[in-house]
Amino acid sequence: MNVTIVDYNSGNISSVINSFKEVAKDKVNIEVTSDLNKIKSSDKVVLPGQGSFKSCVDALNDINGLVDTLNDFATSNKKPLLGICVGLQMFADIGYEETETKGLGWISGKVSKIDNKNGKYKLPHIGWNQINIVKDSKIFKDIENNSHMYFVHSYEFIPEDKSLISATTDYSSNIVCCVEKENIFGTQFHPEKSDKIGLKIIDNFINL
Amino acid sequence: MLKNRIIPCLDVKNGRVVKGINFVDLKDAGDPVEQAKIYSDGGADEICFLDITASNENRDTIYDVVGKTSKKCFVPLTFGGGVRSVDDINKLLNCGADKVSINTAAVQNPEVVEESSKKFGSQCIVVAIDAKKKGEKWEIFTHGGRNNTGIDAIEFAKKMEDSGAGELLVTSMDRDGTQVGYDIELMSKISSMVNIPVIASGGVGNLDHLVDGIKLGNASAVLAASIFHYGKHSVKEAKEYLDSKGIPVRI
Repeated sequence: MNVTIVDYNSGNISSVINSFKEVAKDKVNIEVTSDLNKIKSSDKVVLPGQGSFKSCVDALNDINGLVDTLNDFATSNKKPLLGICVGLQMFADIGYEETETKGLGWISGKVSKIDNKNGKYKLPHIGWNQINIVKDSKIFKDIENNSHMYFVHSYEFIPEDKSLISATTDYSSNIVCCVEKENIFGTQFHPEKSDKIGLKIIDNFINL
Repeated sequence: MLKNRIIPCLDVKNGRVVKGINFVDLKDAGDPVEQAKIYSDGGADEICFLDITASNENRDTIYDVVGKTSKKCFVPLTFGGGVRSVDDINKLLNCGADKVSINTAAVQNPEVVEESSKKFGSQCIVVAIDAKKKGEKWEIFTHGGRNNTGIDAIEFAKKMEDSGAGELLVTSMDRDGTQVGYDIELMSKISSMVNIPVIASGGVGNLDHLVDGIKLGNASAVLAASIFHYGKHSVKEAKEYLDSKGIPVRI
């Protein structure tokens, strides 16, 4: 099996690579590439993302044909895809970080700044927070409710269809931290930095 | 609920841990990778490396340390010491660091903070503020605490937030190494001034100091080096103690 981590100059992805290689051992081949043919032929795709919504969308668009290839992979061919952090946020129709920017539109909704309640909550939301599992998801196999995951973000994804939310986390309000729509999965937290429990989520995705 | 973080810090010189944990089962007490693994297995929420290598020639050893650690430890890794340019930051992130802490360069050349937070995202840019009390104010020191800049630490903290820093690592130079506790007044002043998380550092001698840093200093995270060295306290003990005092921690 081939799992491809999309390398589109979205910031630091070395931790994502290290964690997937650690989980995959020799059983699964982990590719790190922006090569369209390799992405097309892979069994699963990981879409990481750091920095702003706009910078990530711009970086995707800078690689000719990448957005189309990802669209085909995830929405036409319905092969498993995992978005991490801004990778998840880009599923939305629109994001408001820096300036209004169009997302991939795979899950209707928007990405807006977390309400810090007049400075009561510090932003970015950095650190370990518990996830509240609201719906069973294939990537939650052997993951207990209220497990701690590592978060770093100031913006949140607000999907229109609440039934696609599989977990939330409590920071100023119930922030969406996991979504699942058929073959498309997303985590707002960083499984690659969430210790053994995070690696389990990666393992679950690899073994889908 | 977001948990307060405990961050053990390892001082590394020429690729070796200077003051480390002295566990009996440790094969090589100077190996930073092995020490970091003990911390992460013990529940450290994050691990911080501070490179105190004086010469530039041995600089590459730290990249090797960061690279090897990131293949073994799956919690956030912060690296500080001698970070001068956007290129340095890029190199460290590519090696596997998750955050980079900038000290002297942030004072001398604040554009580094602005440029790097735009390029890599605020989440990986930590500005380290070394401050010393002078009268009613605190002044910023650079070059590992050797140079007094005369810059007001509180104002500088605000400026760094505006420049795009994702977090502030605040060290009291008066308290560092004394083991008498954090400079609570400094921590709480900076914490109330900015809307980004503050990591308290400098002066921890016992577990109550960690409690004070969070409860009184309003720090989001507490960093300590020596109390975890030589096995005085484990990270697990520290967390259980904080938990017993009603502080939310990841256990």
